[in-house]
Amino acid sequence: MPESDTAISARGISKSFGEVSALIGVDLDVQRGTVLGLLGPNGAGKTTLVRILATLLKPDAGSAQVAGLKLPGEEAKLRERIGLAGQYAAVDENLTGLENLTMVGRLYGSGRAAARARGRELLEQFDLVEAAARPAKTYSGGMRRRLDLAAALVARPSVLFLDEPTTGLDPRSRLDLWDVIETLVGEGATVLLTTQYLDEADRLADRIAVIDHGRVIAEGTSDQLKDRVGGERLEVRLDDPAQVQAAASALAAMTAEDPAVEDGLVRIAIRRRNGAIVEAVRRLDEAGVGVDDIALRRPTLDDVFLALTGHAAEEEQPE
Amino acid sequence: MRRLLSDTLVVTQRNLIRLPRAPELLLAFTLQPIMFVLLFRYVFGGAISVPGVSYAEYLIPGIIVQNIAFGGFVTALGLNEDMQKGLIDRFRSLPMARAAVLAGRTSADIVTNCLAMTILILTGLIIGFSFQTSVLHVIVGLILAVTFGYAFSWVFAFLGLIVKTPEAANSVGFLAVFPLTFISSAFVPGQSLPTPLRQFSDVNPFTIIVNELRWLWTGQPSPDQLWQAFAWVVFILVVFAPLAVQRYRRAAGQ
Repeated sequence: MPESDTAISARGISKSFGEVSALIGVDLDVQRGTVLGLLGPNGAGKTTLVRILATLLKPDAGSAQVAGLKLPGEEAKLRERIGLAGQYAAVDENLTGLENLTMVGRLYGSGRAAARARGRELLEQFDLVEAAARPAKTYSGGMRRRLDLAAALVARPSVLFLDEPTTGLDPRSRLDLWDVIETLVGEGATVLLTTQYLDEADRLADRIAVIDHGRVIAEGTSDQLKDRVGGERLEVRLDDPAQVQAAASALAAMTAEDPAVEDGLVRIAIRRRNGAIVEAVRRLDEAGVGVDDIALRRPTLDDVFLALTGHAAEEEQPE
Repeated sequence: MRRLLSDTLVVTQRNLIRLPRAPELLLAFTLQPIMFVLLFRYVFGGAISVPGVSYAEYLIPGIIVQNIAFGGFVTALGLNEDMQKGLIDRFRSLPMARAAVLAGRTSADIVTNCLAMTILILTGLIIGFSFQTSVLHVIVGLILAVTFGYAFSWVFAFLGLIVKTPEAANSVGFLAVFPLTFISSAFVPGQSLPTPLRQFSDVNPFTIIVNELRWLWTGQPSPDQLWQAFAWVVFILVVFAPLAVQRYRRAAGQ
């Protein structure tokens, strides 16, 4: 059977929980060996989609092909080819790191010795050798996530699902985990990653799908999405809030959109990054406007959402 | 089928490895039963008179059945915790036998129940309990106790899957099991109870199991039949195992 280039391909996936529609006709494709970042606020349907593709949930409608196998229909076979690291580090706190990985290996059907050997290999890879013989409840948050990720990799899956892998981690552990994920991708894994953070998707994902209210509302590379959002913004805080109108007109030539103005803060979407700050300072100086602070701000998830949906990302929606 | 057995074994091992690392659990399995035996024997025992038999001999089968019934708490709490912490999701994403998660959990209870039962019998022998029947009777009694404990673990598995938190499992479990074990012949003869409680006690499966265990181990005559005791074991299993499995499928699918 010829291997297709698409590792994950979903068509028309819908799922409701009672009255709430979690997913409405979602289509999604992930090329083999690439990372797709599924970006969206809490309750957008990201986790539901991952759970469906990882065989934990049955969709109400739609079908998918994952690692060459059909959903619904070939769940049992598919479980041998995928790895899942969920939102909570799903490790047994009373077992040691090695025992956790050995247990997972044996549940994949390996013999005891093979499962232990694979466990040791993964502990090495994830920098957990020193903690191998300690119960997981003594691990830090970052170590638990690494162990969880290691458990997802026990059977060398060709498709990996990572559901908000860094949520709740401190910045340092987050960077460590990003390194680990990048290494995996370098080794050829196909990854579907959900995240609430644009910077995470930016760093890890080849393509990004933005999901909101159960629908994919935008899909493309990080640059493509940012272009749709309007690129970077320049934020100027003024010495004297009364000068906002003067500042806005001084900066008007640098932007295609109307400057946003509030409480002594002027915000414009700039066309070019290079020299933007220097140019802005010069224009403001010429107009006699005193500047307290000036900075370039990259688009955030909020900006993406505001631009694509007209509502803020943090808005709470039912799960 | 071979897969189910080996996966069940792995999950059972996992649940047993935890024991020595959770000192509070280990205490519950070892010291607590001893404490209860001593309390009942020496605090209440003097005030309870059972015709024709010493209280030590009356008490031990009763307290063993109670302990074994409570043994399933570990299953309720453990399953609940596994669901909260996402371990059930991990298990479900693995190509393992689905039934092994529940089967492994309840099988681990057999081991802990046997441990608690051994401690209780040894304590009993020290305070005046003795087996007064044939080896065969004693063995059938052990089988009855172990199988009853196993069946009851499925009740707790079901409980652990329907409640939202381990705390809820704890309180619901206590509310259900305390009256069931105390309004039975486990600690006092049914004749001493007021009529409504006595009527309940007479039909309470705990009474029937305890009566049969007493008959098997000490030869005290029982108003019930041995087959009734095993029928209860089978009945509890047949009702609660499918309920728990169905609940597991539903709970895990959300």
